[in-house]
Amino acid sequence: MSREELFEKLNEVFRDVFDDDEITVCDATTADDIEDWDSLEHINLIVAVETAFGIKFNMGEVNNFRNVGEMADIILSRI
Amino acid sequence: MKELNYPFDAGYILKKKKSIKRELLSDGSERIKKKIAILGGYTTSDIKLITELFLLDNGIEPEFYESEYNAFYRDGAFDNPELAAFAPDVIYVCTSNRNITDYPSVSDSAEDTDRLLTNEKEKFTTLWESLSSRYHCPIIQNNFEKPLCRLMGNRDAWDIHGKVNFLTRLNLFFADYAATHDNFYLCDIDYISADYGLKEWSDPFYYHMYKYAVNVNAIPYLAFNVANIIKSIFGKNKKGLVLDLDNTLWGGIVGDDGVENLAIGPEESEGQVFTEFQRYLKEQTSIGVILNVDSKNDEENAVAGLKHPDSVLSPEDFIVLKANWEPKDLNFKEIASTLDLLPESLVFVDDNPAERHIVREQLKGVIAPEIGNPSEYILNIDRGGYFETTSLSADDLARNGMYKSNAGRKALEASFTDYRDYLLSLEMKGTLKPFEDMYIARIAQLSNKSNQFNLTTKRYTPEEIAARAQSDEYITLYGKLEDRFGDNGVVSVAIGHVSGDECDIELWLMSCRVLKRDMEFAMTDAFVKMCAKRGIRTIRGHYYPTKKNGMVRNFFSDMGYTLVSEDENGNREYVLMTEGYVNRNSVIEVN
Repeated sequence: MSREELFEKLNEVFRDVFDDDEITVCDATTADDIEDWDSLEHINLIVAVETAFGIKFNMGEVNNFRNVGEMADIILSRI
Repeated sequence: MKELNYPFDAGYILKKKKSIKRELLSDGSERIKKKIAILGGYTTSDIKLITELFLLDNGIEPEFYESEYNAFYRDGAFDNPELAAFAPDVIYVCTSNRNITDYPSVSDSAEDTDRLLTNEKEKFTTLWESLSSRYHCPIIQNNFEKPLCRLMGNRDAWDIHGKVNFLTRLNLFFADYAATHDNFYLCDIDYISADYGLKEWSDPFYYHMYKYAVNVNAIPYLAFNVANIIKSIFGKNKKGLVLDLDNTLWGGIVGDDGVENLAIGPEESEGQVFTEFQRYLKEQTSIGVILNVDSKNDEENAVAGLKHPDSVLSPEDFIVLKANWEPKDLNFKEIASTLDLLPESLVFVDDNPAERHIVREQLKGVIAPEIGNPSEYILNIDRGGYFETTSLSADDLARNGMYKSNAGRKALEASFTDYRDYLLSLEMKGTLKPFEDMYIARIAQLSNKSNQFNLTTKRYTPEEIAARAQSDEYITLYGKLEDRFGDNGVVSVAIGHVSGDECDIELWLMSCRVLKRDMEFAMTDAFVKMCAKRGIRTIRGHYYPTKKNGMVRNFFSDMGYTLVSEDENGNREYVLMTEGYVNRNSVIEVN
């Protein structure tokens, strides 16, 4: 899967979880950029991303994502 | 919504919960509003949000109170003005084995472990008693999932120091409490977590990351169970099954293969699977689930198949048996109307996906579960939670007999040309009295599940019914009807609020199973008589239209009331003077 394809799939997940078809994420996207992205929604996002890509994040990773780009790097390294 | 019916895709529900909610809220269906307090021993945010979806899908629009993280005890056991102001209709205590304060250690004496057990029992009993005395509403309590790890391995199960042993004993105590207290229900996490897979259920990742004592991916299964209990409490259970025959109740096609070649019975594996399924269905009838047949077959072939010597079910186990070549949705509709039920209160079970699709498409709200292969039929119906049993009244147990008697009445009716002669031949006896303790649960149940013959559609908890029974400000009346075919039980209920010489009817309902029996006349006669006795001159009746109660739009005028007003929404007010009232019932003997 190319990075572009991955971001396309990530976009879908973000749009579903935050119920907003306008969302387009990029490497630099953080929780500050998406209005509903609070700690409770973060859980749902993580679970939805894990389900979409068939992977599991570990605790350190979930705690240390600084932006969507870092999340994408980890996903790419797993699939 | 099909996406919310079992077997569902939990990941899809979690991901799409916001758009699912939006869709449900905009589907125009009518829902009863209920206030639900969730007192959590861990994070409950998603449990709340997903439970909401399942409730909305079952005709209940919830409003929530959610306690702060792990504040279940503080919120429930002590004075809580916020919760009191919220006035919950149901309270859900969502705890887990992470909320146990102290587990026994191996060096503890038997007395020590008993004391720890007593501490937990007392802690929870205090909570439940506080909730019950403050809020007078149903309580749903999680029991405990098994511990994720066992210090002593298998010994943990029997040694009093083992966590498995400790939690098992505590669960038994919870079960005893539920068995001896009305309005207290267990959410059987012990079973649900085992069913999901304990290792996955209790994955510590979700606790340490988000303080969820349950795997977030398992939340839809938990929420589904909680919603099932709530819908059952508020009378939203399904009433029965409509079953296909060929390849559903037996293997093969009776019309083509012949009765002797059907797969049913102990000889070979396929036959065993169908026998087990039939046995499961037969067991369902013991909790009041009614069975019906909707099959594309010649009737004689259908009956011959059910008379197969190895068939567990016989033609007599079904209330309505439709075997013909009409479209299945038409038969389904007729079955429902013969039973005086709404189509959506019956579940369609058919091995053929095309038939399921047609029934779902043609009959809005009817569930036709994806039942899978014959060996999965039982599981897929069982897990659907259609008949979650929170109360098991004598009425539930006798329901099949009642529907059967109704079929007998219909046959008798056909033999009379004069309807009044028919009614007289039924030899009906009515018992019409103010509410009595033994019927409180049944009366509350009726108030929650009657939709069609219901003038005000007001819902009550058993506590509210009991309070009205005792209050001087209310006139209460229940009606029980017996006839030569059997006892119908309590079938009609009325509550009026008294002020001065007026009585305002806040509830008037009747079960559709006794439609056209003149029971409504007998009820009106009795109600007017009670009012007159209390010195009441004016009785005020109200009709509040809903999507389902169109059949009683003119009820009050039929009973001799005078229409006073009607607003733009169709809400009507009527009056009836007690003076000069002439009794209308002449076919039911009232005692």
